[in-house]
Amino acid sequence: MPVLEQTGTEEIHPDIALVERARAGDAEAFETLVRQYDRPIFRVAQHITQNREDAEDIVQDVFLKAYRKLEQFQGNSKFSTWLTRIAVNESLMRLRKRKTSRTVSMDQDVQTEEGSIPRDFADWTPDPEQQYNQSELGEILQKTIAGLSPGFRTVFTLRDIEHLSTEETANALGLSVPAVKSRLLRARLQLRERLSRYLKRKDGSIKP
Amino acid sequence: MTCTDFLATMTDYFDGETDAELLSEIRAHLDSCEHCEILVNTTRQTIQIYRDHQVYEFTAEVREHTISSIMHRCGLRKTA
Repeated sequence: MPVLEQTGTEEIHPDIALVERARAGDAEAFETLVRQYDRPIFRVAQHITQNREDAEDIVQDVFLKAYRKLEQFQGNSKFSTWLTRIAVNESLMRLRKRKTSRTVSMDQDVQTEEGSIPRDFADWTPDPEQQYNQSELGEILQKTIAGLSPGFRTVFTLRDIEHLSTEETANALGLSVPAVKSRLLRARLQLRERLSRYLKRKDGSIKP
Repeated sequence: MTCTDFLATMTDYFDGETDAELLSEIRAHLDSCEHCEILVNTTRQTIQIYRDHQVYEFTAEVREHTISSIMHRCGLRKTA
């Protein structure tokens, strides 16, 4: 059994010890890892697939796959990043199954020019909760993010919602750092442009 | 700095990865360009609104069932 790398005096992430114990068959250690990361994995899967039931299934599949592949985890990246990579792949695979006639990948539709140049410069209402109730706002947000390509949606989710660093996102997605930065910019701009239709000041003014 | 120049640096600006010289150029541009100032504010609002308002329906009941199934499928718990 390979021993995970522990270099120099660097602080060892607590997950490393849990992974070692889980590899040795310690169920409690593995359950601790599951409870630590099931929610973020669910969020990532829900964002990519835009489907709650798929996301629930994906959480199971991700941890089953991770358990079977624990030997392959070398500790070169964080355990959470390694899990995220599995979750992204499982989610994209689920999308592919759903849309059998279309290819779904991280590269789909990223060549689009949409969002590259901002067009709407109206200021937004400072308090969207006053304009829409909770469920209306939830619907708007879901509809808006569902309109992005999976490649943009995934980068936005990992960087801006799950707070992964640019390097961690690149690692999880198998992309270069410049590719992550470029996709993140366009994902943010596309979302902003689309949300602007709902959240801009109705009087068209740009200053309060 | 033009608006196009600013756009090219916007991701690094948001992530606090610009050096002092570039940061002062960006600030000078934002002070003088209302469109880019609005672009920054509304993009920040975009990120924040998703962080604050996205609804995830992973209820406690579904979660416990999911964890139980995972442990069972991994052969680490006898009953699902």
